[in-house]
Formats: sequence, C-alpha cells, structure tokens
Amino acid sequence: MSRAARALVVAAVFLIAAALLGALVGAADLSPWGIVATLLDRIPFVHLNTGLSQLDQNILLEIRLPRVVLALLVGGLLAVAGAGYQGVFRNPLVDSGMLGSSAGAGLAATIAIVFLGGLGGLNGAVVPVAAFLGSLAGVAVSLFASGGRRETATLLLSGVAVGMFLTAAQTYLLQRESQDLQQVYSWMLGSMAAASWTQVTEALPYAAVSILILLTYSRRLDVLALGDDEARSLGLNAGRTRLIVIAAASLAAATAVAVSGLIGFVGIVVPHVARRLGGPSYALVLPLSLLIGGGFLGLADTVARTVLSPAELPIGVVTAVVGAPVFVGILRRTQAVRA
Amino acid sequence: MSALTAVDVRVVLDGGAVPVDGVSLRVETGGWLGVIGPNGAGKSTLLKALAGLLPYQGTVTLDPAPDGRTRRDLARVLAYVAQQPILPPDVSVHEYALLGRTPYLGYLGNPGRGDRVIADGVLARLELESLARRRLGTLSGGERQRVALARALAQQPRVLLLDEPTSALDLGHQQQVLELVDRLRLDDGLTVVSTLHDLTAAAQYAERLVLLDRGRVAAAGTPGEVLSVSRIAEVYRALVSVTTDASGRPVLNPVRPRDDRGPCRRDVDSA
Repeated sequence: MSRAARALVVAAVFLIAAALLGALVGAADLSPWGIVATLLDRIPFVHLNTGLSQLDQNILLEIRLPRVVLALLVGGLLAVAGAGYQGVFRNPLVDSGMLGSSAGAGLAATIAIVFLGGLGGLNGAVVPVAAFLGSLAGVAVSLFASGGRRETATLLLSGVAVGMFLTAAQTYLLQRESQDLQQVYSWMLGSMAAASWTQVTEALPYAAVSILILLTYSRRLDVLALGDDEARSLGLNAGRTRLIVIAAASLAAATAVAVSGLIGFVGIVVPHVARRLGGPSYALVLPLSLLIGGGFLGLADTVARTVLSPAELPIGVVTAVVGAPVFVGILRRTQAVRA
Repeated sequence: MSALTAVDVRVVLDGGAVPVDGVSLRVETGGWLGVIGPNGAGKSTLLKALAGLLPYQGTVTLDPAPDGRTRRDLARVLAYVAQQPILPPDVSVHEYALLGRTPYLGYLGNPGRGDRVIADGVLARLELESLARRRLGTLSGGERQRVALARALAQQPRVLLLDEPTSALDLGHQQQVLELVDRLRLDDGLTVVSTLHDLTAAAQYAERLVLLDRGRVAAAGTPGEVLSVSRIAEVYRALVSVTTDASGRPVLNPVRPRDDRGPCRRDVDSA
C-alpha cells in the first residue's frame, strides 16, 4: 500500500472511531449495544431489536447523533479551510481567521445578539446567518482593502488590519452593551449544544461546494508553492487560483462559524498533522485535513460535553488546550528550518 | 531561424520606473544569448518580460509560435528558472520535477504515467536519479540548481530562460551547471537565454551577448565584439584587462586601479 493510501485509511479510521465514540458517550446512560443496534437498524433491509426505549432512541437520533455529525462537518470544514489558506499564503501558521473572517463573524454575531434579540431571539436563527454573512464580509473587505493586489504579504496585512478594526468595533459594542457580554463570549468560544439535523442540512450545500472547489484546486496549490513567478511560468494563473481558493476556504469557514461559533486552532493543527501523515502535497493534505479535522472536532466535542458533565466546556477551550502547544511547536520547527 | 525575437520591449513598473527601455534582441534556434550588465541594468526584468511574467510594451515572438495564446500554451514551449527558485523543503526531488509537467495536465492536475516517465527521464539525464527521493531541503547549492533545471526541462521547452543560474554556486559548480546547459543546448537544440553576472563565464558559454546599461542596449554581438576594455570601463565603471583564450573567446581579468595615494603605492614601495 502506498504512503498516500495508508494515510487516507488511517485518517478514515480515525474519523469513524471518533464518530462512534461520540455516539456511544453522553449524559444519558444508553447501552453501547443498543446504540450500535439502533444505528444498524437505520440501514435499509436491516431490522434489529435495539433494546432502547423510544425516548432513548430519540435522545440518540435527535440529540446526540446530529451533534456528532455537525462536529465532524465543522471540524472538516475548519481544517480544509485552514489547509487551503496555508497553501495560498505558503505559510503553515495561517488560518481562516487571518483574512478578517473570524473578526467579521464576531462583529456580526455581536450586533445580532445585542440588537436583534440574540441567541434566544427569532428562534436563534439570526446569529448563524449574521455570522455567516459577517465572515464573508470580513474577507471581502480585506480583499478590497488590499487594493486589488493579490500578493501574499499585501493580502495578509490587509486581513490583519481589517481584523483589528472589526475587533475594535466589537469590543466597543460590548463595552456599551455589557449585559450581553456572557452571551457573546459563549458564542465566541464555540458550541455544538444547539446542534440539530436542520443545522446539518442547512450547512451541507455550502460545505459541499466549498469542499469540492478546494479538492479540485489542491494540485494547483502545489504549483503555487513554487512562488508566483514560477507558478505562472508553468501556466498557472496564480492570482485567479489564489482568489478562488480564498473564496472557497472563506465559504467553508463561514459555514462552520455560522453553526458552531468561533472555534480556534483546528485549521492550524489538523493540516500540520495531515502533512506529517501524508507528506507536503496538497493533493493529499486537503482530503486528509477533511477527515482528520472531522475526527478531531468530533473527539473535542465528546470531551467538551463529558468532562464536566452535566455542565459543558466550550469546545473552543478544548481545541485551544490541544492547539496552542502544537502551534508553538510548529512555530519553533519553522524557525529551526529557516535558521 | 530565430527562436525568439524581441522588438522594442519596454517595461514600466507601477511607480513609473522604466527598468527596461526599448530593448530589441534575437536568438537563433539552438543558440545561447547571454544578457549581461551591471546591477540594476534591467537584466532580470527583461528576462521576466520575455517569459511573459511582467506586462511590457513592444513585441516578443517565438518561432514556431505556441499552439494557443494562453499561459499554458506558452509554458509548453518556454521555461523559466528564477535566480533563486523557491524549493519547498519537504517536497521530494521527483515530485518537484513532476511539477514541470503542469502545463500538460488536465483540470484536476493529476500527472499520468507518461508524465512520470518524462520526469524520470529528465532526472536520469541530469544524473539526479540517486536523489529522486531526497527532500529538497537537504540538497546542496549545486544540486538545487540542477533540480531547478530538471523541473524546467520536464516542461519539454524549446526555449529556456535562466536568471543568473550560477549566482549562488562556487566555481566548480558554476562550471558544471553551465556545461550541463551547453550540453542540453547542443544535444537537444534547446535555445537558451540567460542573464550572467560573471563576464568571463558569459563570454565562454554564450554565442552572443547583449550588454544592458540602465535598461537600454549598450552593445550587442559576439563576446569578442561586446567585451572591450573601454566598454567595460564605461558601463561597469571597472578596470579590466581582456585577453583571449585558445578558442578566441575573451577572458576578463579585473585590474586594481593604482595611483599615488593609498595602500597600493606603499605596497609597491616596500617591495
């Protein structure tokens, strides 16, 4: 078996194991066999006696399972978006937040919570939509601020400047409306607590489009890694490739942020692991990130909802505990290579 | 027959600077044109313009012309190697050479068996087979330059543009790389345009030279015609002596200016 095939199998097994663990563990005490039998029972032409009451089955199918699936989806999206950004900017420490995406989502969600009734208002539907649009708007403003230039440094610095401005606006708003502080921070640290099949089906079309584009462009990211001049001399339209990948990665990140709030580090940690597992080619880094990212966030969510049960840890805290040391490790390794 | 002809090429940068101003040149098929000139003369900018990497005024034509007008069509006939190519440290030599097949790949960019055979062939040709699995980050300067050439040759170009191919190399590696390019040119009929800092090396390998001075052509012709003591003094503000080797090509030696002031005079007196 080639290294690529082996890496894909390992990542797929990790994803499935994380999904199973997520389904098996929870506040309600459901028997493992009952859970497995209920899941198998959903397969057409398979009929099993699950041994679970209707209430237990509902807990599994309508509360626990959509949450697991949403965590897998969001993790995959965040990781594949991070890998896409890293390919475009030729830097393993870049994440979706650096082009104004997170700051845009943060400001828009804060506005929705403060002025439109927040997480409980309008059936809680306003905040995800606001975060989605805010995330995309943050990226659009960053691209606009770069003055149409598509060079790496100009784009990144524009993103940083726009991000700082949007964060300042959000902080000012929070200072004025401090009664909403807790709600905003609860959203910002990310949560899967409100997961439902509706959220999954709403996120799925955006996820499918962004993932498809990113996977299609994965080989071009390998060419882009040679620098703009050499990439163009190989026939690649470097500027257009960069814009398309940024747009697709931003759509993926915006979809994730809309259904889960801000969850940090997944987009940096997971592509790093993918590279260690499968090598530097984005043709493999992107699909591996998708699988490992899903598994990673699935595990993180299981930890978030069980470690302080019945209370919950914000999932962003769990990913930060794992992600921050890995980030520092990559930073040191990158510096060592340059030195 | 001219493989590449440039007429009145002018490059205007964003800030209004004109690093290349009205340059015309012609390279015969299978020939080697050396572009020389002092720092800031516009050599690298001219090469980028010829490669289609910078917008320019004037015309650059290839003969035979590419099949179409896209960047991919151009990349199938013309390859460019930057002065300091970016070699991603974790990518293997074989994977890197394979990226040279990019202009021939389909929408998803997956290389086929034929592409791998071509990349392997190029590595064998440049005696890089033993390094095929090595990571780029572990290569020496000379190996890196040969690997960059391999990537360009995997494009199967008719014209090869090299920006200072020996700038980071010691004397031995400089000679190896230039000999290699010359062998490829003679064996495959490859047309080469290269910028070169070392004037003696340029005279030894290039059949014709274009001397640039502040973006304009100061002289063009055979190395013997271009490299005169007076012209070097005028363009480079340098004092040299020019001799010729057995093949009649010029060899330049820097000569230290000596006058009555400074340490030179004292050295002579004490001797």
